[in-house]
Amino acid sequence: MIFWFVLYQDKMNRNKIMKEQTNKNKIPASAGNIAVQVDDLTVAYNYKPVLWDIDLEIPEGVLMAIVGPNGAGKSTLIKSILGILKPIAGSVSIYGKSYKKQRSLVAYVPQKGSVDWDFPTTALDVVMMGTYGSLGWIKRPRQKEKKAALEALEKVGMLPFKNRQISQLSGGQQQRIFLARALVQNASIYFMDEPFQGVDATTEIAIINILKELRKARKTVIVVHHDLQTVPEYFDWVTFLNVKKIATGPVKDIFNDDNLTKTYGINYKVSIQE
Amino acid sequence: MSSAQIEIQLIASLVAIACAIPGTFLVLRKMAMISDAISHSILPGIVVGFFITQDLNSPLLIFLAALTGIITVVLVEYIQKTGLVKEDTAIGLVFPALFSIGVILIAKNANDVHLDVDAVLLGELAFAPFDRLLISGVDVGPKSLWVIGIILIITIGLLLAFFKELKVSTFDKGLAASLGFSPAIIHYGLMSVSSVTTVGAFDAVGAILVVALMIAPAATAYLLTTDLKKMLGLAIGFGVFSAIAGYWVAHWLDASIAGSITTVLGLLFLVVYLFAPSKGVIAVLYREKQQRTEVSLLTFLLHLRNHSEENERHVNHLNEHINWQKVRSKTVLELALKNNMIVINNDIVSLTKKGTLFTTQAIDYIITNEDSQIEGMKDDFFLFRG
Repeated sequence: MIFWFVLYQDKMNRNKIMKEQTNKNKIPASAGNIAVQVDDLTVAYNYKPVLWDIDLEIPEGVLMAIVGPNGAGKSTLIKSILGILKPIAGSVSIYGKSYKKQRSLVAYVPQKGSVDWDFPTTALDVVMMGTYGSLGWIKRPRQKEKKAALEALEKVGMLPFKNRQISQLSGGQQQRIFLARALVQNASIYFMDEPFQGVDATTEIAIINILKELRKARKTVIVVHHDLQTVPEYFDWVTFLNVKKIATGPVKDIFNDDNLTKTYGINYKVSIQE
Repeated sequence: MSSAQIEIQLIASLVAIACAIPGTFLVLRKMAMISDAISHSILPGIVVGFFITQDLNSPLLIFLAALTGIITVVLVEYIQKTGLVKEDTAIGLVFPALFSIGVILIAKNANDVHLDVDAVLLGELAFAPFDRLLISGVDVGPKSLWVIGIILIITIGLLLAFFKELKVSTFDKGLAASLGFSPAIIHYGLMSVSSVTTVGAFDAVGAILVVALMIAPAATAYLLTTDLKKMLGLAIGFGVFSAIAGYWVAHWLDASIAGSITTVLGLLFLVVYLFAPSKGVIAVLYREKQQRTEVSLLTFLLHLRNHSEENERHVNHLNEHINWQKVRSKTVLELALKNNMIVINNDIVSLTKKGTLFTTQAIDYIITNEDSQIEGMKDDFFLFRG
């Protein structure tokens, strides 16, 4: 009974939100918008803070890397923005409103290792899951959703594998499927948790090209990234994170040894050819 | 068949279906043990419900028992969240505690009523047809048939309504949460269905054997398919088959029906575990053997390609050089010969055009490890299988 009640409430909320969303424009139409704003965010696991008082403004249309050592709270930051983790303090807004109201503007690519790839389903089916958000509870995907999923598969070059069971795909292919699933959401802001982990060079280039295309279309892309060498080449915006925010801004201004040393704690030198 | 026999088989089949549906998701969520915990810990709920209603099929009893099931899950999660013990330990702590409360309650208070531990734990399907449901004096069938029938209809309704949500939250909790499908709602929904089903089924097959009906058909189906809908269908099919076959085994052996059903389930799993086409033990062993042969063949061809000097390619020297036993060398040699990859002149082995091409392709694949390469190679590799 309680279950039904909670569900009913959720559905009502959703309908209300849907109505609001269709009535009002979700993205304010002005130049230099802030896509994501994080204020005083603190997140803790068992009372041990993993993110401490984070303030962050992510402008619309940037391709941003979040870098920092292991345990710096990079994934935690993304998950808190998306409401998957509950912060103990602070707030997050997407284009000036709470995430719950702006859900349809956001797509999320979790770490590849966070799911069981032996799950009995196909590549196409996984991509279709990206359409579930716009469908809401109970409603089922139909031809329209399937068509969108097939187009997304095509974009990432995975159309020939659409009926393949997901465990039969290579690591790079699995990552492409995840990317296609985000693309099908047709969002304005994309959050990706280590999309280049365990993929080969070809897939890495394919993925970064798609991300650059998204930026061209004025989408905002936020990527948890590990390979510092490729930051200047791939991204135009960067956030240094190590429990606290060290720095955030354009790569050309702030991607330097000073910030790297502050973030990683050791005397870090990257050789960037100027 | 008498009508009682038909009724027993019908009840058993409906229980099997009602169990297979939540069971499939429990198996995929790696929560099989939770069903074990629920099945034990609903005992105090059943006992208290029985004291109040004096009727094992009363809706209030089912509600109370299902509530105990949910409490079990909440307690397990709470203990686990403290990080002091792992999940399996938490399960092992919670359900015996609740179960023992039920046992004590029965021993203290139920001596004079029709409720004993055996009845709850093992059930007795054979007696199910005697307990009739009378609506204004008209006999409309066994009570447990109605109970499980209603539970099944609700379960199927929920499955059809929330299939998409169940699937996405089982596969990718993070995505489900970000899309706004609260994994907690779905989790407790599934737990509620599992608890209600367990309570509804304990009367027929007993609270313990209900675990077998939840887990075994789903586990068996998992080995046979890579499609969630087919997995559900197969699990239901296996459940119903075991229910009916189990009944007749019991009839033939004059033994417990629930025990026989579970035995059939176990045997069914064993057969599939051994003989499943791609995931079965025999298929896996066979595939590994094939792969070993393929690697051997490739090693052999590579050796031939790398050495032009005749003494390295003499049949008798080959087993020394590659350090293989005679039998293995002979198998590989014959295999290569059969596929026209080598020719033998005066005991000197040379690669044919086809052999050279194959070796080059295979090395390309191994070095680049690119998927596109293996796609083209697969047909070639299959040449050597069987």
